[in-house]
Amino acid sequence: MQYDKKAKELRAEILKMLYACQSGHPGGSLSCVEMLMALYYEVMKIDPKNPADPDRDRLVLSKGHACPALYAVLADLGYFPKEDLADLRQINSHLQGHPDCTKTPGVDMNTGSLGQGASLGMGLALAAKYAKKDYRVYTVLGDGECQEGLVWEAAMAAAHYKLDNLTFLLDHNGLQIDGSNDEVMSLGDVVKKFDAFGFSCIKVDGHDIRAIVEALEAPVSGKPKFICCETVKGKGVSFMEGQFGWHGNPMNKEQFEQALSEQEV
Amino acid sequence: MGKSLRVAYGEALAKLGEKNEKVVVFDADLAHATQTCLFQAKYPERHFNMGIAEANMMCAAAGFAHTGFIPFVSTFALFGAGRAFEQIRNSICYTNCNVKFGFSHSGLCVGEDGGSHQSIEDIALMRELPNMTILVPCDPAETEKAVMAAAEIDGPVYIRVARPVCEDITTMDTPFTPGKANVMKEGTDVCLIACGLMIPVALAAAEKLEAEGISTAVVNMHTIKPIDRDIILKMNETCKAIVTVEEHSVIGGLGSAVAEVLAGNAGAKFGMVGIQDKFGKSGKPNELFEAYGLSADNVAATAKGLL
Repeated sequence: MQYDKKAKELRAEILKMLYACQSGHPGGSLSCVEMLMALYYEVMKIDPKNPADPDRDRLVLSKGHACPALYAVLADLGYFPKEDLADLRQINSHLQGHPDCTKTPGVDMNTGSLGQGASLGMGLALAAKYAKKDYRVYTVLGDGECQEGLVWEAAMAAAHYKLDNLTFLLDHNGLQIDGSNDEVMSLGDVVKKFDAFGFSCIKVDGHDIRAIVEALEAPVSGKPKFICCETVKGKGVSFMEGQFGWHGNPMNKEQFEQALSEQEV
Repeated sequence: MGKSLRVAYGEALAKLGEKNEKVVVFDADLAHATQTCLFQAKYPERHFNMGIAEANMMCAAAGFAHTGFIPFVSTFALFGAGRAFEQIRNSICYTNCNVKFGFSHSGLCVGEDGGSHQSIEDIALMRELPNMTILVPCDPAETEKAVMAAAEIDGPVYIRVARPVCEDITTMDTPFTPGKANVMKEGTDVCLIACGLMIPVALAAAEKLEAEGISTAVVNMHTIKPIDRDIILKMNETCKAIVTVEEHSVIGGLGSAVAEVLAGNAGAKFGMVGIQDKFGKSGKPNELFEAYGLSADNVAATAKGLL
């Protein structure tokens, strides 16, 4: 696969979706595109024709507000028609403002209330261990989200139960709604923190798919894995990159056309 | 011969574990207080202690339910329904996830531990949530039946488990259908609608009222949600007054649920006995019941005041 071309296609879909509904979250959707590509196109054992396969790998998008990126990937893989993307956040659409596993084929877990995905992913991984199933669970966290105590409750349990079938991937773009993480509530050395909680930790460029895949495939035994993906919020759109103001702002026509033109291959 | 409802709960779980291998149990460092240790002793590999982290326990249970298991989650009512409310809402009820809650130490009957541990708002919190079923058993037999019934319901169920030793009021042969109240005593002047530990209080109040020539019905409303509308509307027609009796705040609990059914229907006068927008405090359960008006005398006086 030509990663660059696919990434631009997916970003174009995200921008079209968000422009159409005039709401939603561009910054954090654009920052996790390569993370989701590494998971869905290279690593996860999935079958878009059988989304409910009990033995499939699971993806929990704990930073649920980034679901436009997830929806773009799922549509690209054929879980549902690409035309559905135009109806994001519209009444009667199966594409909710935050992921809903009861409505959208391919969405493995409902998320959106920050912190809960970390815990739900841990629960899925613990259930797999208990049921002696081989599937793996991947949870994508936001960095602002790591201010939620529940993330650390889940981390403690993941290490306690030695969940080496669980991987937390952090979309570390450094920004949240009110400003930078450091301005709002510093995470300190988040890699050291997860290391101290008993995770096997790796730090990668979160826009380098090969590096993410390598980190995902690195063997680990007896402990959960934490991959800190260094990313840029608003990645791929010049005027959004590194701007916390684009966390949840709608684009006007001019901004949309500019952003879309930057995705041309 | 009567026993603590938490013991009845733990024994019922252990029995259910034998019948249904999909049942797993979660606790938050309270396995001996909630008596899930009785399940744990029998099925150690199916019992998960999640430490003192109730919010995480709810989501962990949801993870199990999403892969086909039937988790029963236990802690104190305040820390389950209260602290972990939003996890129960978003990770469980929002997707009609098949998780059961057996929360013990509900109400004033926690006694000496005081107001910080006495959950008087759990029914209100759980009643707000779409898809939730709420069962409030009154004695050991009803507790066992509630556990068995919960496992058969596809979706979240809250079982409110009291701590004190309770005398047997029903038998294993007494019918128990979620959503269908049991009329324990017929009457035509007053109808007392109660649940849980307030059933004996209502029965004692009925005795006092009957002694004064007031014909009194007693309804065991063991299911708060879905509430048995039919019996409420029937009593509204046949009786002159309805009084609800609950070991919970009168805001949002059994009384509110009955009032919601009665609203817009002319008929009986209506009163509520329960905790009047106050926190609890330390004391012996019986002393607290007396102090907060959860007594047969106060129930009888409330009913007479309406006639």
